[in-house]
Amino acid sequence: MVDLGVNIAGLKLKNPVTTASGTFGFGEEFEDFIDLNRLGGIFVKGLTLKNREGNDYPRMAETPSGMLNAVGLQNKGIDYFINTIYPKIRKWDTEIFPNINGSIVEEYIEVAEKLNEVEGINAIELNISCPNVKEGGMAFGVSCPSAVAVTKAIRNVYSGTLIVKLSPNVTDITEIAKGVEGAGADAVSLINTLLGMAIDADTKKPILSTITGGLSGPAIKPIALRMVWQVYNAVKIPIVGIGGIMNATDAIEFMLAGSSAIQVGTANFIDPQISTKIIDGIEDYCKQHSIDNVSDLIGGMIV
Amino acid sequence: MNLKINLKINLKINQKIRNKMKRIQDFKVKNYRWLNDDNYILTLSTNSNIEKIEPGNFAELKVPDSPDVFLRRPISVLDVDYHTKTLDFYIKAIGKGTRKLGSLDIDSDLNIVYPLGNSFKILNNKKVLIVGGGSGIAPFILLASELIKKGCEVTFLIGARTKNDVFLTDEFSKFGNVLVTTEDGSMGEKGLVTRHSVFKGNFDFDFIYTCGPDPMMKAVAQIADEKNVSCEASLENMMACGIGACLCCVTPTVRGNECVCTEGPVFNSKDLKW
Repeated sequence: MVDLGVNIAGLKLKNPVTTASGTFGFGEEFEDFIDLNRLGGIFVKGLTLKNREGNDYPRMAETPSGMLNAVGLQNKGIDYFINTIYPKIRKWDTEIFPNINGSIVEEYIEVAEKLNEVEGINAIELNISCPNVKEGGMAFGVSCPSAVAVTKAIRNVYSGTLIVKLSPNVTDITEIAKGVEGAGADAVSLINTLLGMAIDADTKKPILSTITGGLSGPAIKPIALRMVWQVYNAVKIPIVGIGGIMNATDAIEFMLAGSSAIQVGTANFIDPQISTKIIDGIEDYCKQHSIDNVSDLIGGMIV
Repeated sequence: MNLKINLKINLKINQKIRNKMKRIQDFKVKNYRWLNDDNYILTLSTNSNIEKIEPGNFAELKVPDSPDVFLRRPISVLDVDYHTKTLDFYIKAIGKGTRKLGSLDIDSDLNIVYPLGNSFKILNNKKVLIVGGGSGIAPFILLASELIKKGCEVTFLIGARTKNDVFLTDEFSKFGNVLVTTEDGSMGEKGLVTRHSVFKGNFDFDFIYTCGPDPMMKAVAQIADEKNVSCEASLENMMACGIGACLCCVTPTVRGNECVCTEGPVFNSKDLKW
């Protein structure tokens, strides 16, 4: 019997497999395909203080081994989530992680304050790395002082587990990771999407309405793996690894690089059952390698 | 005999309960019917049951062994046979994915996620006009067969560039009158569908359905508006997930941005802000 349980700064997950924000809706969208109770956790669609319509269509472009998106945080606002969505999804025996966003620090604070009062929510993911909004978003996550400032502000009002989602669109991700660790983050999740773009050569126009967007999928996996390993060597807080995880082997690689848990993202679009297949695959791997506790894999890369 | 009837009733009830259930399922490639060099009908078969398909529903097809095609391809269901357990898709080979889907080995596996999206609203005993062009004609067979069951009188209006781009008219003619327009006049009336004589004079249709390129659907919706006739349009936006998770395929509506994959693909034209 393999113990698949992992611990994110005191928060226990039944296994290291969670789903990435923006790729799994609020979980309900996948109810027909998998038993959501099996997941370690669900990072739900990014939330803002008020309703947001997001960016104009087209918001998506297929790229080699991946895709660009420019959704722009379309959501109905934090109150709708708390009053209408959360009561429906809290029945699942899995950790629900709201992903919070803002264009100014005060908005982040207000969202975090509201979530701090919600019974059953034990953790939030502070998104300072969304590349698809004009104001705020990634701007907070690409400069160390602003990343530190917003993390401190949220730490002051949020008492649960605080996970800060980092942007890869920086010169040195370890500086930001160390900064938010010092500012009170309990964990970091990385990486968010890489800024990219696509052009239609025939029309000479950009494919995305926003011109640039966020690249995800297996194309970014080697970069994500490298950043997880760098951050693992730079901070003491746990890491949730994200970036092009398509199967159990990818997930194990992220754990070996230093992730305590992982998020499955774009792969959900191609196989709506992939998250539970990855749980099974990790268990099989542990059995084959005589590993009793999956957490023994964390940072286990042999150099 | 009684047992047989009971089984049949149970099967029907089960099918009704499972109506809304989406599935991921492996099918086999059973047949290709090429309409010309770029247009084909792909028939898939399975040994297990097929979920109930409503007119307008689509499936997300996984393009096998094609690393440069990353996402599934959303394709409308052309026809379904629950008895022989086959699904037909009308596909226009316009890109890498749709070309690859046209070159699979017979009996090879093809994984699909289905049935996806909403469906056309079907009213009883109406006189309806179905307007389409391009790959937009795909949902019309299921739509028309359902309309006929409900006592509707169906007329098709199909638009294309030339007579070589007009497909499936034989199939459509089983359900009703088929009108054609071509831009070069090589078949039917010359010009765009929206200039067809059916819209002139005594226009006595109760309902219009349309699917095809956006400019065509917008023009059809405008005519419907002028004539004060209800119109439903089935949109073909680019999609990633097909199940309402990624929010990539949105279209602006009176209710805000909505996913074509889940709140659509069929919208009342009055709700669209396009």
